Amino acid sequence: MSEIVHNGPTDATQARGQAYSGDPDGDADAPAVQHLPLDAWHRARGGRMVEFAGYHMPVQYEGVMAEHLWTRENAGLFDVSHMGQLLFTGEGGADPARALEALLPGDIAGLGEGRMRYSLLLSEGGGILDDLMVTRRADGIYMVVNGATKYDDLGWLRENLADDITINHMDEQALLALQGPKAVDALQRLVPGVADLTFMKAAAFDWNGIPLWISRSGYTGEDGFEISVPASAAATLADALTEQPEVKPIGLGARDSLRLEAGLPLYGHDLDEDTTPVMADLGFALSKRRREEANFMGASRILLEREQGPVVKRVGLLVEGRQPVREGAAVVDGDGNEVGKVTSGGHSPSLNGPIAMAYVPAAMAAPGAAVTLAQRGKVHQAIVTPMPFVPHRYHR
Amino acid sequence: MSRYFTEDHEWIDVDGDTATVGITDYAQGQLGDIVFVDVPEEGKELAKGDEAATVESVKAASDVYTPASGTVIEGNAELADQPGLVNEDPEGDGWFFKLTLSDTSELEELMDETAYAAFVSKL
Repeated sequence: MSEIVHNGPTDATQARGQAYSGDPDGDADAPAVQHLPLDAWHRARGGRMVEFAGYHMPVQYEGVMAEHLWTRENAGLFDVSHMGQLLFTGEGGADPARALEALLPGDIAGLGEGRMRYSLLLSEGGGILDDLMVTRRADGIYMVVNGATKYDDLGWLRENLADDITINHMDEQALLALQGPKAVDALQRLVPGVADLTFMKAAAFDWNGIPLWISRSGYTGEDGFEISVPASAAATLADALTEQPEVKPIGLGARDSLRLEAGLPLYGHDLDEDTTPVMADLGFALSKRRREEANFMGASRILLEREQGPVVKRVGLLVEGRQPVREGAAVVDGDGNEVGKVTSGGHSPSLNGPIAMAYVPAAMAAPGAAVTLAQRGKVHQAIVTPMPFVPHRYHR
Repeated sequence: MSRYFTEDHEWIDVDGDTATVGITDYAQGQLGDIVFVDVPEEGKELAKGDEAATVESVKAASDVYTPASGTVIEGNAELADQPGLVNEDPEGDGWFFKLTLSDTSELEELMDETAYAAFVSKL
């Protein structure tokens, strides 16, 4: 028996974190795989560690399926400390929100304190360099970016922001996500007041003298929270959370299947520099004021594409039969020509069948359209389906 | 009846010139939750080391090779609807296929249970 294909989170090729130009190691060979603040904590709990985004990370504890279903019914604790936490401040009256608007298509200046939004870092050609979360805090603009891209992002941001904008890479902070319908019960018990947050709102809290920055957000489609905590206190907090009866630690495997069911794209798989927000069906990230101003990176290409419609589009697929169709499978037309690509795919534990995301020609992108997929010499039939595959249950 | 093992974590039970093939408990543990198994059809001729079946877990797809040459007598039809049998009983009800062996001397190159246990302990 030998493995022939992996799903995303166990794929070492995702670990593309590159030293950015300011790194004293310069362009050393492949950077050494790093350890998370909770490395020993994961290993002590039976986490099976794999390399992901340049870090050793737990892909599973008791099993992907059980962890996935536990999160949908209870609460799962995810270590997402590999992600980049950045804080932007301005000197001499410079406004970091306005400065960032040159690079992101979202309304950042209009964010009230404690409000957050999903946005995209765009190239000059309108391609997606990263997807991220931006929040206005009292002390600046806080941004969470993907782990595999954070050093490239830092380089790009530094290069494209004026010198009066300071970027603080908060690499002394760990990031935990608590996700699931019972997350609020568990966290409210430890940190009274978090239940008052609604979806996409955030605030500072104190837990036994430890400062926490908590948002009501996440990437599973469930209600839940993301908690920025000093790395030195991360294990204490993770212990306190997993002592709650609703909470179990969850690995990357279930994180991937949960976000796939929720229809949420994964950077480096469903999004990359060759895809635009319009192709990726992320039009909601193009704020109205910003579209009218048309002054963000890549605006001319993106706004034209928005008007004319994209040539290809990201869609959800329900695959017939039981066999998973995974990233890299081809979308083929009636003559067997490749016309698109599956960018994520696998077994949906909640639906008990295979689902996928793919880029297909606009003519095939309507819900209900039949699509043919080819994988390792075998043909599979699929139906275009509106996403999310499993309804979101955010606390609005 | 004797059981042999491969370094690719297949097992083969031999009874005369008839054999049953599956994957080991160690293999199913490494794969995790199995969601799909594709077994070979009756009559298929297989040479030792050929890809004989596909097993897919939540995480990955893997090929299963035949530990010995022969002709497939039967694929385990139960696995189509119950792929989880491979997790529950990998070395019993979760068998993959049966075949008529064409060269029983090939079995001499395989590991016995003790040798396989020693092999796995070093992984």
